[in-house]
Amino acid sequence: MNNNEIVTRLNEVFRDVFGDPSISVTPSTTSADIEDWDSIEHINLVAAVENEFGLRFKMREVSGMKNVGEMMDIIAERGK
Amino acid sequence: MKELNFPFDGKDIIRRRLALKKALLSDGTVRVKKKVAVLGGSTTNHVVSALELFLLNFGIEPEFYQSEYNKFYEDAVFGNPELDSFDPDIIYIHTTSRNLTMLPESPAEKPESVQQRLDEQFSVFRQVWDSLTQRYSCPIIQNNFELPLFRRTGSFDGWSVTGQAAFIQRMNVMLSDHARTAQGLYIHDINYLSAVCGLAKWHDAEAWYLYKYAMSTAVIPDLAYSLACIIKSIYGKNHKVIDLDLDNTLWGGVIGDDGQEGIEIGPETAVGQAYSEFQSFIKGYKDYGVLLAVCSKNEKENAILGLEHPCSVLKPSDFVSLKANWEPKDRNIAESAEELSLGLDSFIFVDDNPAECAIVEGQLPMVQTVNLSNVHDAMYKLTRGGYFEVTSVSEDDMHRSEMYAANAKRAAQRKQFESYEDYLLSLEMNAVICGFEPVYIQRITQLTNKSNQFNLTTKRYNENEIKEVSESGNHICLCGRLLDKFGDNGIVSVVIGRIRGDQLDIELWLMSCRVLKRDMELAMLDELVRHAREKGIKRLNGYYYKTHKNNLVSELYGTFGFTRDCVADNGDSLWHMDIENYENRNKVIKIRYKENNDEQ
Repeated sequence: MNNNEIVTRLNEVFRDVFGDPSISVTPSTTSADIEDWDSIEHINLVAAVENEFGLRFKMREVSGMKNVGEMMDIIAERGK
Repeated sequence: MKELNFPFDGKDIIRRRLALKKALLSDGTVRVKKKVAVLGGSTTNHVVSALELFLLNFGIEPEFYQSEYNKFYEDAVFGNPELDSFDPDIIYIHTTSRNLTMLPESPAEKPESVQQRLDEQFSVFRQVWDSLTQRYSCPIIQNNFELPLFRRTGSFDGWSVTGQAAFIQRMNVMLSDHARTAQGLYIHDINYLSAVCGLAKWHDAEAWYLYKYAMSTAVIPDLAYSLACIIKSIYGKNHKVIDLDLDNTLWGGVIGDDGQEGIEIGPETAVGQAYSEFQSFIKGYKDYGVLLAVCSKNEKENAILGLEHPCSVLKPSDFVSLKANWEPKDRNIAESAEELSLGLDSFIFVDDNPAECAIVEGQLPMVQTVNLSNVHDAMYKLTRGGYFEVTSVSEDDMHRSEMYAANAKRAAQRKQFESYEDYLLSLEMNAVICGFEPVYIQRITQLTNKSNQFNLTTKRYNENEIKEVSESGNHICLCGRLLDKFGDNGIVSVVIGRIRGDQLDIELWLMSCRVLKRDMELAMLDELVRHAREKGIKRLNGYYYKTHKNNLVSELYGTFGFTRDCVADNGDSLWHMDIENYENRNKVIKIRYKENNDEQ
């Protein structure tokens, strides 16, 4: 799975979870860039990403991801 | 909305919840608004998000209060001004085994010490319910406790004195024992739900450590759905009718082709056994007030032949409506709804043929269809769907089918009379019209929550509110039970008036549609006037609040002889009648004031 494919699918997840079809994520996107991305929505987001890519984040990863790029690295490694 | 009907894709619902919510809120449905307080022993945000969608889908628009994390006890027992001003209609206590603080610790503990732990643990929850009831007198829904995922001592954990699973199961029994007699306390059985989802899927330690969720986020939609079923049941929004196909739904085979001897039902074959079990299961719903109907593409004689099979558990007389013909099924369902004076949203349609289900869904989206691909799955599908979730059983429920059958007989007789009044007189009607006796409180509450058509103000009451008005010196409360030579219709009409000086404001006037055109409303009016005069009242004020379902009674006060004072833009109207010269209107129903008294 290349980064393009990951970012496309990931973007769909973000748009659904935050209910905003104008979202366009890049590896450098962080929670500060998306208005509703708080700790509660983070849980929804993580569950939806896990479901989309058929993987399970580790506890350290969930609390440690700094930006979308880090999320993409994990997906590239273990995602389907 | 199809996405939110059982079986749903929980993960998809959570991901797309904002879009689903938007679609529900803009679909034009008129919903009853309810304030739901969620007091949690763990994080509740996910639960609330999913619950909101399911409630909207059930016709309830919720507004939520959520306690701070794990502050269920503090909010309930010490009070919280924010919760006070929220003024909940219903309270949900989302606790789980994670909130059990008194679990036994050592195998050396004696039975008495474990019993003491149980009592102390129970008293924590008892305090919560008691103080919430005192503060808010509204229904409370309490989770029971799920079993743990692992057991240090294996099976022994479930039956030893100090086992944790044993402790949890004993707590659950204590909760149930208490809830059966406590008013307005409902147990949400997450012990069952976690088992049916699978404990290994239910529990998610990471979700606990990361977010303090007491269960996996994957099962939270299941939890929210099951909870929403209880809430809609409390507010009278259950389905009322199971409309069933026949061939390959109630028996194996096609009666028209195979004949009575050829269909499979009964103990002889495996398939026959499965259909017998399904029929017994369906028949059992009658005792809970659910009506059964048939909707089948068949010649009527053949349909009856099938139901008269010696092994058929269901007989033709078990059904309040039997449609067997070659018309489209949606048309038949619509006709049954009309004949029974029920809304289409009261119907569950069960058919083995996915094409028939699709047609009904397309033509009548408010009918819930259940496609039964395998008879042995049917009972699970029907029950997990929660269409007939029970939160109380009234005496009336057990006889509902008989009442509808008696209605059919009345309709048959009506044709033989010269005038309608002759017909009414021939019914030998008796009404008991009295205050809100304790035995009727439950039924009265139920009626205030589910009557939509013959309901002037559509004001909803919970059990405590009904008790309060019944004991208030400021109100005149009347309920009416109608009997006739075909049977007892039970409590069918409720009127509540608030006394204001020498005037009476009629805050609630409702009647069950199964006794329409029997002059019962006139009997109620006579009694209301009589009681009002005794209290020195000179004028009755009537209010008609228009909804999309109560057009039937928009002119009721006019037909009573009230004068219309004004009509608002939204269709609401105000009426009054001076009662000094009022003469009794009912001429066909004999009135009794008490259960066993002679008529007066």
